[in-house]
Order: sequence, then C-alpha cells, then structure tokens
Amino acid sequence: MLSPIILVPAILNGLLTGAVYGLVALGLTLIYGVLHIINFAHGALLTAAMFAAFFAHRLLGLDPYLAALGLTPLFFALGYCLQRFVIGPAAHGEDRNILLVTLALAVVIENALLYAFGGDTRTLNLAYAFDVVDIGIAFLALPRVMGFAVVLAVALTLWLILALTDTGKAIRAVAKEKLGAELSGIDVAHIYAVTFGLGTACLAIAACLLIPTYYVNPHIGNAFVLVAFTIVVLGGMGSVTGALIGGLFVGVVESLCGLYLGESLGQIGIFVMFILVLLLRPAGLFGERA
Amino acid sequence: MKRASLAHIAVVIAVLAAVPLLTASNLVLNFLVVALLIALVGQGWNVLGGYGGQYSFGHAAFFGTGAYVSAILQTRYGVNAWLAFGLGIAGGALIGAAIGALTFRSGLRGSYFALVTLAFAEVLRILASVAPITGAGVGILITLDLRPQAFQFQSRAPFYWIILALLAASFLIVRLIEQSRFGAWLVAVRENEEAAKAVGVNTQRVKLAAMTISAAITAAGGAFYAQYFLFIDSGIAYGPWISIEALLAPIVGGIGSAFGPLLGALLVKTLGELTKLVTGDAPGLDLVIYGGVLILIVAFAPQGIAGLIADLRLRFARLRPRLPERAHG
Repeated sequence: MLSPIILVPAILNGLLTGAVYGLVALGLTLIYGVLHIINFAHGALLTAAMFAAFFAHRLLGLDPYLAALGLTPLFFALGYCLQRFVIGPAAHGEDRNILLVTLALAVVIENALLYAFGGDTRTLNLAYAFDVVDIGIAFLALPRVMGFAVVLAVALTLWLILALTDTGKAIRAVAKEKLGAELSGIDVAHIYAVTFGLGTACLAIAACLLIPTYYVNPHIGNAFVLVAFTIVVLGGMGSVTGALIGGLFVGVVESLCGLYLGESLGQIGIFVMFILVLLLRPAGLFGERA
Repeated sequence: MKRASLAHIAVVIAVLAAVPLLTASNLVLNFLVVALLIALVGQGWNVLGGYGGQYSFGHAAFFGTGAYVSAILQTRYGVNAWLAFGLGIAGGALIGAAIGALTFRSGLRGSYFALVTLAFAEVLRILASVAPITGAGVGILITLDLRPQAFQFQSRAPFYWIILALLAASFLIVRLIEQSRFGAWLVAVRENEEAAKAVGVNTQRVKLAAMTISAAITAAGGAFYAQYFLFIDSGIAYGPWISIEALLAPIVGGIGSAFGPLLGALLVKTLGELTKLVTGDAPGLDLVIYGGVLILIVAFAPQGIAGLIADLRLRFARLRPRLPERAHG
C-alpha cells in the first residue's frame, strides 16, 4: 500500500482532471439526452477546439482563459450549424444514419487537422503552467485548480439555462416528449441544433482548460472522448449531475490506475471499466433504443 | 434488394481474374490487391451490418486478430504460413464469437453496439502496443521467404489471384446466406428485432452466428494483409482506419447486397489514388475525402452505388415507352 503522502495528492489531482472529463462528458450527455444519439464526432470536435485554443495563443497571443470567451460562442455556432445543416438533413431521421454521419464527421475533422497541421504534438509554454497551490496536504497545479472552478461555474450556468430560460424549457420538453413538444409549437430542429451547439460549446471551454497543461495533436480528442463515453454511461445517459460526478470518479480511478499500473495500462483501466459497465448495466442505463 | 446470381458472380470473378494476364504492371496489381482486400474486409462487415443491421465500428478487432495470430504463429512458433493463415481466420472468428456473446447477451444494440465494438478494438490495440508477444511498439516483421510453401511469391499475380479467390469465397458465403433460412432470420432481425423474436427467431443466436462469420471473413483479410506486406504493428492491425474502411466499402457500394463491398472498395480506392495523384502523399487527405463521401452517400444515396444503378435502370425502363410518343407529338 502506498502512504497517504502519495495517495492523497493522487486522488486530489484525479478529482481536478476528472472535472474537465466531466465537462467533456456533459456535452456528450446533453446531446444524448435530447437527440438520443451518441455523437461520435465529439472527440474530433474537442481536438478542433484544442487546436483553436492553441493557435489563438500562438498567433494572436490570447491567453487560453481569455480565448474561451471567444471560442465558446464560435463553437456553439459550429455545433448548431453541424446539426442543423449536416447531421439532421443527412440522417433522414434514422438512428443508424446518424451514427454514420457523426462518425464520418469525426473522420473528416480529425484528418483535416492532420492534413493541415501534421501529426506533431504541440504544447503551449505558459508562464503559469507550472505554478502550484499549496493546500497543506498537497501541491496542486494552478491551471487544474482554475479548471475545476470553471467547470463548476459552467455546470451551474448550464443548469440555470435548462431550468429557467424558455429555450431551456423547450430543450427539456423535446428531451421528454418530442412529438408533444412539436405539437405545442416548439421548433424541434432548432432545439436539436441549439442542444448540439451547447454540447459543442462545452468542448470549447474544456479545450481552453486543458491546453495550458496538456499537449495537442490531431488524435488527442479520442483519448478524452472514450473517457467521456465511460462517464456518460456510468452517470446515466442524459444526466447532467451524473456526468459531473462520473467525471470526478473516473478521474480518480484513472489517477490511481496510473499510479499502480503505469501510464499506458492506466488507460486500459478506463477501457475495461467502460466495457464492464456497458456489459453489466445495459438495460437500466440505456433503455431500449436501438 | 436484388440477389446475387451464380452467373453474375462467375462473370465478375472471371473478368477480374483475367487482369494479370493483360497487365504485369505492379502499380495496377498492387492497387487491385488492396482494393480487393478492402472489398473482402467490407464483405465481412456487410454480413453483420448490411444483412443483420448491427453496425460495428470496431471490425479492426477481427482484422488485427487474423493478422497477429497468423504472423505470431509463423515468426515465433515456426508454423507453416498456410496453416497459420487458417488459424488466423479461426482466431478472428473466435474473437468475434466472444465479443458477440458478451455484447448480445447484454442486449447491446444500435449506438451501444457500435460503441462497445469500438472499445474492444481499442483495448486490443493498446494491448498489442505493449505486449511483448505482439512485438509491442515495434511490430512484427515476417521473414522474407519467397516460396509458395511460405505463402510468399516473387510476383504480385499469385497474391492477386489468392485475394480474388478469397473474395469469390465470400461472395458464395453471402449468396448461401441470402438463400438460406438463416439469411431470412438475419434480415428479420435487421428490420425489426422484436417482431423477429415474437415469431420465434432465436435472435441472439442468429446475431452471434452472423458476427462469427463476419469476423472470420474480416480476419482472412487481416491474415492476408500480414502475408502481403510482411509487416504489421498495433496501429495497422487494430487501428481505426480499417474499422472505417470496413464499413465505408459496403455503405458506399450498397449495403446488404453481395456486390456492394466490391463496388464500394473499387470506387473509394480509386478516389484515394486520384487524391494522391493530385496532392502528393499528404497524410489525412484521403480520409477527409472518404468521410465526405460517406456523408454524401448517407444523405443522398442511402442504398449506395448499387441502389443508384437500380434507380437509374428503373427510370430508364419507365422512360423508354414514352420516347416514341414524344417523337410523334
């Protein structure tokens, strides 16, 4: 057994990483909860957002936290347009087609980035990237603590939007009963696109939180999105709080697996957990949608 | 969907078989070997996805297992290459049956089936990239031994005929499925699983059998790949690229039809080569185009090229009697 001196920081760091995982999962679960589709392009969109954040700093000198203010609406618009003008019309309302279209989008985005920027791994060197906060029992990386706080703020904002605004009510109505919502005058195609936009906007924020301490390459999103799938399945499809709590949990599991088994096997820990959850708790968590 | 007749299959295979007699160009043969390989892997996907409606996003799991089993048996245990090839197919089928048993028993369908197959392929990829027996990050190089006994040949033509023979075998398998009661059950599962269950089809067993056959065909492609290129690593064998090519070929060509994967593979590979001609060897660009084609096909031709051809034929058949009338009027 490891001593608490190693264990406690590992758990705390896991929680901090997990918060960002939670944010990625939040976008995924929101889209699933309303559109009832698994968005296979989620990882590629996260990669795109990370590249955007990277170049916002490299070319425009924008701090990632500042860039988030611009990238979030930009990615909201991107997500809105993708659903409204590509996924929706191309899928003809068939679930199998939606799967294929989001997968195809993922392939296009990922490889367009590969073509444009090459396969190299890039990192930003920010002055504060290695700053730490001393909380007595452990030192925590400042960017991660910031990330944790931002994730909580975003989750709260999202919750308020869903609970209080008319659009939020419409989103919840469509999620519950699509036909009924349509009959009461809600523009379902618009709400679908807004939801997709919100899910994509979450990615822009997550990307800006990740970029100070992480690296970016054209395949980076995949690592996060499978983690996000695991979280979404764990926390219950479509559940906002489930995504956050699942995110924290998975973050800790990953951190501990990495500690005991090493980096690459720690990644396997996530996959194995994911497959186990899918296999053992399918009915209750996913319902009967085919 | 129109069924494949034996005559059609014989004509297509005969025409393709004549190609090496007409040209000895390595460029042409290499292109065709790769296209037929993708057609074979796509045919594997087609059995499960096209006929059974179970969309797998992780056929790399079977392709890679076929490749690794065959390569490992040859290089580490000195097994004869042809025997290793057969065992590679068996290994792929076994993995298919195992993944199928787990996922179908848990009732995973639709998005979740796609997701869990993808995850299995990724787990295998990561395992293969760290395990010593698969050569970890280095991969496996099959020793050069240019003798027919070792499943290696001086020229490309024998390889071409072998992959063509495998493809022909897959056509026959698909035709057998189409004509059998099992095929009817499989299509029933695709169209409405609940209804199929209600009329007494053992849907789990049908899906499991389809997945095993599908995996075996795809594994044959993987084992052939290892033999042809004499090198595999985790990114090639279990990488997402092959999962995507596996579903791209049948969907572009015409899902749930015997000739779909071949049509699709030829079209997609031609597009890929044309891209390379225009832009040089730019990594990623061919896949960007594949993704774009996939979206366009799903949006505008859900039945693929085969469906488009059938559509055109129907339209011409309707037009023809009207033409003389117009001439008079």
